[in-house]
Amino acid sequence: MTDIRYLAPRTLDEAVGAFAASQGAARILAGGTDLLVQMRNGAVRPGTIIDIKKITELTSIEEAADGGFRIGAAVSGAALAEHPRFGRVWPGVLEAVNLIGSTQVQGRASPGGNLCNASPAGDSVPALVAAGAVVTVQGPKGRRQVAVEAVPAGPGRTNLGPGEIVVSFTLPPRPEGSGDAYLRMTPRTEMDIAVVGVGVSLTLRDGVVAAARVGLGAVAPTVLLVADAARALIGSRLDEAAVHAAAAACRAACNPIDDKRGTIAYRTRVAGVLLQRAVAIAAERAGRV
Amino acid sequence: MNAIDNKWIGRRTIRPDGADKVTGRAGYAADNSMPGMIWGKVLRSPHPHAMIRGINTARAEALPGVKAVVTAKDIVDFPLDKSVMLGIQDMRWMCRNVMAREKALFHGHPVAAVAATTEEIAAEACKLIEVEYEVLPHVIEIEDAIMADAPILHDFLRHEGKPSNIAATMVNKLGDVDAGFAEADIIIERSFKTRPVHQGYIEPHACTVSCTADGKATIWSSSQGQFMVRAMTSLLTGIPQSNIRAIPAEIGGGFGAKTIIYLEPLAVLLSKKSGRPVKMVMSREEVFRGTGPTSGSMSTVKIGAKKDGTIVAAQGTFYLQAGGLPGSPLRGPVGCSFAPYDIPNVLSVGYDVVSNRSKVAAYRAPGAPLGAYATECVMDELAEALKIDPLELRLKNTARPGTKAAYGVVFGSITFEDTVKAIRNHPHYSAPLDRAPAKGVVRGRGVASGFWFNAAGESSAQVNITEDGNVTVTTGHPDVGGSRASIANVTAELLGIEHKRISVLIGDTASIGFSNLTGGSRVTFASAMVVTQSTEKVIGQLKERAARIWKIDPEAVVWSDGAARPAGANAGQFPPLTLKDLAAKANEMGGPIGAGIQLTTVGADPGFATHVVGVEVDVELGIVRVLRYTAAQDVGRALHPDYVEGQIQGGVVQGIGWALAEEYLFDKQGRLDNASFLDYRMPVCSDVPMIEPVVLEIPNPKHPQGVRGAGEAPIVPPLAAISNAVHDALGKRFYSLPMSPPKVLAALDG
Ligand SMILES: Cc1cc2nc3c(=O)[nH]c(=O)nc-3n(C[C@H](O)[C@H](O)[C@H](O)COP(=O)(O)OP(=O)(O)OC[C@H]3O[C@@H](n4cnc5c(N)ncnc54)[C@H](O)[C@@H]3O)c2cc1C
Repeated sequence: MTDIRYLAPRTLDEAVGAFAASQGAARILAGGTDLLVQMRNGAVRPGTIIDIKKITELTSIEEAADGGFRIGAAVSGAALAEHPRFGRVWPGVLEAVNLIGSTQVQGRASPGGNLCNASPAGDSVPALVAAGAVVTVQGPKGRRQVAVEAVPAGPGRTNLGPGEIVVSFTLPPRPEGSGDAYLRMTPRTEMDIAVVGVGVSLTLRDGVVAAARVGLGAVAPTVLLVADAARALIGSRLDEAAVHAAAAACRAACNPIDDKRGTIAYRTRVAGVLLQRAVAIAAERAGRV
Repeated sequence: MNAIDNKWIGRRTIRPDGADKVTGRAGYAADNSMPGMIWGKVLRSPHPHAMIRGINTARAEALPGVKAVVTAKDIVDFPLDKSVMLGIQDMRWMCRNVMAREKALFHGHPVAAVAATTEEIAAEACKLIEVEYEVLPHVIEIEDAIMADAPILHDFLRHEGKPSNIAATMVNKLGDVDAGFAEADIIIERSFKTRPVHQGYIEPHACTVSCTADGKATIWSSSQGQFMVRAMTSLLTGIPQSNIRAIPAEIGGGFGAKTIIYLEPLAVLLSKKSGRPVKMVMSREEVFRGTGPTSGSMSTVKIGAKKDGTIVAAQGTFYLQAGGLPGSPLRGPVGCSFAPYDIPNVLSVGYDVVSNRSKVAAYRAPGAPLGAYATECVMDELAEALKIDPLELRLKNTARPGTKAAYGVVFGSITFEDTVKAIRNHPHYSAPLDRAPAKGVVRGRGVASGFWFNAAGESSAQVNITEDGNVTVTTGHPDVGGSRASIANVTAELLGIEHKRISVLIGDTASIGFSNLTGGSRVTFASAMVVTQSTEKVIGQLKERAARIWKIDPEAVVWSDGAARPAGANAGQFPPLTLKDLAAKANEMGGPIGAGIQLTTVGADPGFATHVVGVEVDVELGIVRVLRYTAAQDVGRALHPDYVEGQIQGGVVQGIGWALAEEYLFDKQGRLDNASFLDYRMPVCSDVPMIEPVVLEIPNPKHPQGVRGAGEAPIVPPLAAISNAVHDALGKRFYSLPMSPPKVLAALDG
């Protein structure tokens, strides 16, 4: 085995500097629950590992005065679950993050790693897409902000530039009457990978959907923002016709593969079912009576 | 029922191996290392079917750090025309399974092995071995393998006079089925399919081997039989058994699959060539690709009955996947499928079908679950058609002592009926069933029964009294399910001492007499028998010593409550002599105290089980969940209830996986596509409810404690029980497993 250099910088600038200087030979390490597995099976062989868990901005959770949240990219699922407020405001995002792996994995796995690993089946991503989260990225050319759904480029590939690191997720302030939910289909109850994952976020005003976003995972090369599904819901009272239209939009958005984890027909069908179920949960959380 | 005055038998004592296992200290096969040790790795075939035209190992051998390379030519050849059996294993197939000889027969078939100073160098060296393959068309599934134009795996196999992939046929026959069916008022005939499933033990195969310059080999490995390891390694390497010492490690699960070996002979040859200790550990992927699983199957079962439910004839045809080399467990479905019932006319036929997949290995009641799946589903349809309660139908036809089974025996003390009644009388069976608890959710309940032969056979034990008056018991059986705890209870009971004063050990091949495999649900039965006889001998010695000290007749001494006591006319004349007292005087009174027994045990009557299961189906997602499970079984006597219950629960969980989730998936190139626990979906804890064992204790009259084998019968009924429950929920029958979500949803749509 070749030697691997391990760096654990305390500042983002140092991390970005080292990452950029490595010219592609380095890998960012957050929880390592994807990276170490990939190193062990020989899929990646980094010359340098840059551990980002010593950088405060990447491991902290902040609630802004306006009610928005900023979550460090390397915050673990367990740390997010322990936050006194986050799960009350974004129960769907939290349940998506907490679905990742087992108790042991939760102590390490981060939403940043889940996003940057760029698996179409990553559980937190559809929920973050539905939440309208914005990602702060820092690289050699400075900081930029981009929508969550713009980060993945395809299975295992991102749109991050050379030397760029995901710093944090910003979730917008939550209006009164909002709720979100994430559901995934897995044959097993635990320790499995999503065959389909659906995140839904709703804001209701007097029983009418004022805002909606739908994220759909594991049915295309990247997690999808399904604008048509949201459009079908917005302005409705979540009557059967509207929900069915949204489900149909989800099915139409599917571009899955037939593989050992699920057939095209199955994934497509299930996308619609999960949409309906996730809408019902999100609506209840939004206070629908 | 269990005698209530037992002090230790039937108690939930702490298992002797428990503390080490929960603290991570137990020594499993991969935990062993030695000074100077090097690492062995296996090169595996990238093709599912190919002639091996040549192997050039020169470049691998030249790589710095490489110490030895072996190929099939280093392994003893067992020519194809002469069968050499070791137990149920034919060495012609075993020698070709551990290393491809003429042909690579499946993707992942070993073709060479390398030992080097590091794992990385060994892996690198594997890549430098040049194998010249002539790729042949491959065949994976049974239905394709038995077609007239199928690629033939072995030219030497003939079926009905023609080259064929059908390697063997087994027939069990009773009466005249044609005449029987002619008498029937109703006949139900259905065909079924099951997929191969892996035993799924958590510990991958591993061994460390050290060969010395004078030709002696020591093997540390985990297996279901150190004597099997010794014998099979001896046959495959040519080293006499007396020069091989096989030391059993703790075993992290085997479920039948560790009754054969894969790595040990390769490691022996690598160690012999290199002069260094060699360690080999399979990855999980290698375990999936290269070992086990049990057979997939295609079967047809036909049952004919009178209007009142009396079964007059039954016929079964079972095609089983053997893998690349012959040897599927035909006896399982052929012999077990109809055994619970008293049927005058039976014809049960099994076919052993080879195809380009890894050679099957034993899996818990080998072959019986897939046979019972077919039979017990047809029984359910029969009960439905006749409007008879399914358990009443079973009771009406139950086999009893004296019933002749189609596999040839006349049953002795069997208790099938009791298991059926136990379920019929259990609250689960009569509990109200909410058939549609929520939108899109339906529930149902199903039952099924099962049979397993059970086994007895060779076992050895040695019971020694230590100088300080405590006890060591050594047996020759790897402990896969808590047998040490049961043996401690038995010995404590017989000697009348605290069970903590007894240490139960597993001997290696040089320290204990021959003991056959841990398999066939035989170990607790057989080892309790030899341990009982050994302990009784020890008690005889102890009484003799006491008699000598007291200068009375040994017949006038009794052993009770851990001490020799004068009896009869001498009762009360002398203070009792405890084990400690007698041990202290051992030397002066005739030498060390201890006794051993080596015996071919007999009297393991068969085991039966009846199960009831409640399921829930999410009809929008096609997910079947098991909500409640109750499993009744006669175990004769539960020497240690925890481990009997554990056997029942474990068997059921494996059955649940088989029924709902587990399957080998192959791609078009004939490669296993799901060689990991992520995609080979064994159930996890949260997938199964607490399984309630109903442990019947009807003592087996042929065993000193009344033990009946318990480990295998519980995996036999679940496939059908769950299938019948899904039918009850959906009103639709499935004829193939697993009932995985896409399959269930497609069936609901169709
Ligand atoms: C047993 C087990 C079960 C699992 N179950 C699930 C599951 O149910 N659902 C699921 O979605 N996933 C699952 N996973 C996968 C994995 O745990 C998740 O994807 C997790 O979120 C990864 O986070 P991490 O912090 O461990 O990432 P890491 O492994 O540290 O990183 C993942 C990748 O992202 C890159 N990276 C990480 N952080 C950054 C950053 N801030 N900027 C740029 N690049 C970065 C790394 O270089 C690496 O390529 C499981 C993994 C295991 C081992």
